Amino acid sequence: MTSRFKSFPGTSLSEEDFAQGEVLFVHDALKAEYARDTGVGIGAYLAGLRRGVILGSYCSHCRKTVVPPRVVCEWCFRPMSEYVPLRDTGVVNTFSLCYVTWDVQRISQPEIPAVIVLDGASTLSETSVVMGGILHKLSEVDPKAVRIGMRVRAVWKPPEERQGAITDILYFKPIEE
Amino acid sequence: MNERVAIVGVGWAGFRPKTPDLSYKEMIYQAAVRAYHDAKVDPRTDVDSFVTVAEDFHEGTSIADEYTPDQLGAVMKPMQTITGDGLHGLATAVMLVRTGLCRIVVVEGHSKASNILTLDSITAYAQDPVLNRPLRLNTHMVAGLEMNRYLHESGTDEEACAAVVVKNRRNALRNPLTSFGADLTLDEVLAGPPLAWPLGVHQTARPVDGAVVMVLANEQVARSLTDRPIWIAGIGWCNDTPSLESRSWATLPYLEQAAHMAYRQAGIRTPFEEIDFAEIDDTYAYKELQSIEALGLCGFGEAGALLKEGVFDLDGAFPVNASGGSLGAGHLLDATGLHRALEAVLQLRGEAGAHQLEDVQVALVQSWRGVPTTSGAVAVLTN
Repeated sequence: MTSRFKSFPGTSLSEEDFAQGEVLFVHDALKAEYARDTGVGIGAYLAGLRRGVILGSYCSHCRKTVVPPRVVCEWCFRPMSEYVPLRDTGVVNTFSLCYVTWDVQRISQPEIPAVIVLDGASTLSETSVVMGGILHKLSEVDPKAVRIGMRVRAVWKPPEERQGAITDILYFKPIEE
Repeated sequence: MNERVAIVGVGWAGFRPKTPDLSYKEMIYQAAVRAYHDAKVDPRTDVDSFVTVAEDFHEGTSIADEYTPDQLGAVMKPMQTITGDGLHGLATAVMLVRTGLCRIVVVEGHSKASNILTLDSITAYAQDPVLNRPLRLNTHMVAGLEMNRYLHESGTDEEACAAVVVKNRRNALRNPLTSFGADLTLDEVLAGPPLAWPLGVHQTARPVDGAVVMVLANEQVARSLTDRPIWIAGIGWCNDTPSLESRSWATLPYLEQAAHMAYRQAGIRTPFEEIDFAEIDDTYAYKELQSIEALGLCGFGEAGALLKEGVFDLDGAFPVNASGGSLGAGHLLDATGLHRALEAVLQLRGEAGAHQLEDVQVALVQSWRGVPTTSGAVAVLTN
């Protein structure tokens, strides 16, 4: 049927039109800016980091300590009993070697995200949930040498550079024993 | 399957323009603790499923529902998020109970509007990206277009719209869960700066922070928990076309359909006679009048005159937004439908305090998801 048409109405497209983004593209930049009221629990946590202290919260009913601290125990739904300072040392619960960056660049030396169970926090519940874990990065270590169960310690920013942020801890590094 | 569903507990937190003392999670927790105490249930052992309403762009977090279980007591429990208004969440919970899958279901909605620094830009992302957004028009223009055509076709005047603001903000003076109570004159409202003419700034509800949590239960459980269950006698919802090019501008046919759905379930034929009061959309003042008509409480073009006569006043024949509405309390974004349902529950229980209505048995609750949507949700509640 279309063989009977010699020419088609409309504007024909070339490969170049696609390549130059002339068709099928609408360029737009999202203007989305948010503040974050950190509240009682996370607010106390960030203020603690500024002082070089990692705070957890303790539930006397469940006898569990979680990091970061929060106002409610997610297991029993009672208010948390108290905030407790934890040591800045711990054990690698799990880790990964990440060869792609946040902004999607391939890298040869991997970043090493890890969940670190801090000393003094609860380890496992009956459902095998790690409660005392902090998600951070490892550094000053050969990626090939990182092991689950490895003992690590926080490396902090100098006090005058801390901002009350999770990045006040630069990374965790192995404890030499 | 034909089981009745009741609201057996309500809780709230916030309802203020700024809540710097609490994170959104802590605000939800406050509301949840109140609701569970009110319902006499333990979320960890008694609740079968949880429904939250949230819009990722409002949260600033993708898949925001992943961040709600802990402060609701929903960890390791069935839960889901509805990207809709609070009444859509309520409807989902009703279905979960009526299928028999769940006996007790919790519904949650919240707003941390004060943390959204570019709310108008976020709202603009609800516009069609190819056809409308490139025109770079503030989304309030959709309300301006609708108000203009509504006034034009219905014969309603701007004074009637201003009278909605005067009524609702005056009602808010009696209600502690509000932020914008004021005793204004019509001239003061009309003299305000324009937003999207004929719509003025003073005729637009301002966003506030807050959280609402409700506990729903089937009839048997409800009767064992409380001697004052509030029944959800009917619930309906409907959407028109998203097209700004072809939608109805003067009337709200989608809201008429949503109301029919709710009225049919509740067995209501003459809403003005059978219902005692209403908490309905007043995101923009004209919307209250347009919604009153779409809900069948009067004919098209009649709401303005009835409002001026005082029919919808606190002491009128059919009080509308006795709570102060969104103009008086502030707009809770996705939680707005739950805010209105909360006010209706308090009235039906006789717990509304200084704005308590006398001898009320049947409430009408309605919500809209705001510009540029054509979404209507309606619930009929009884005590």
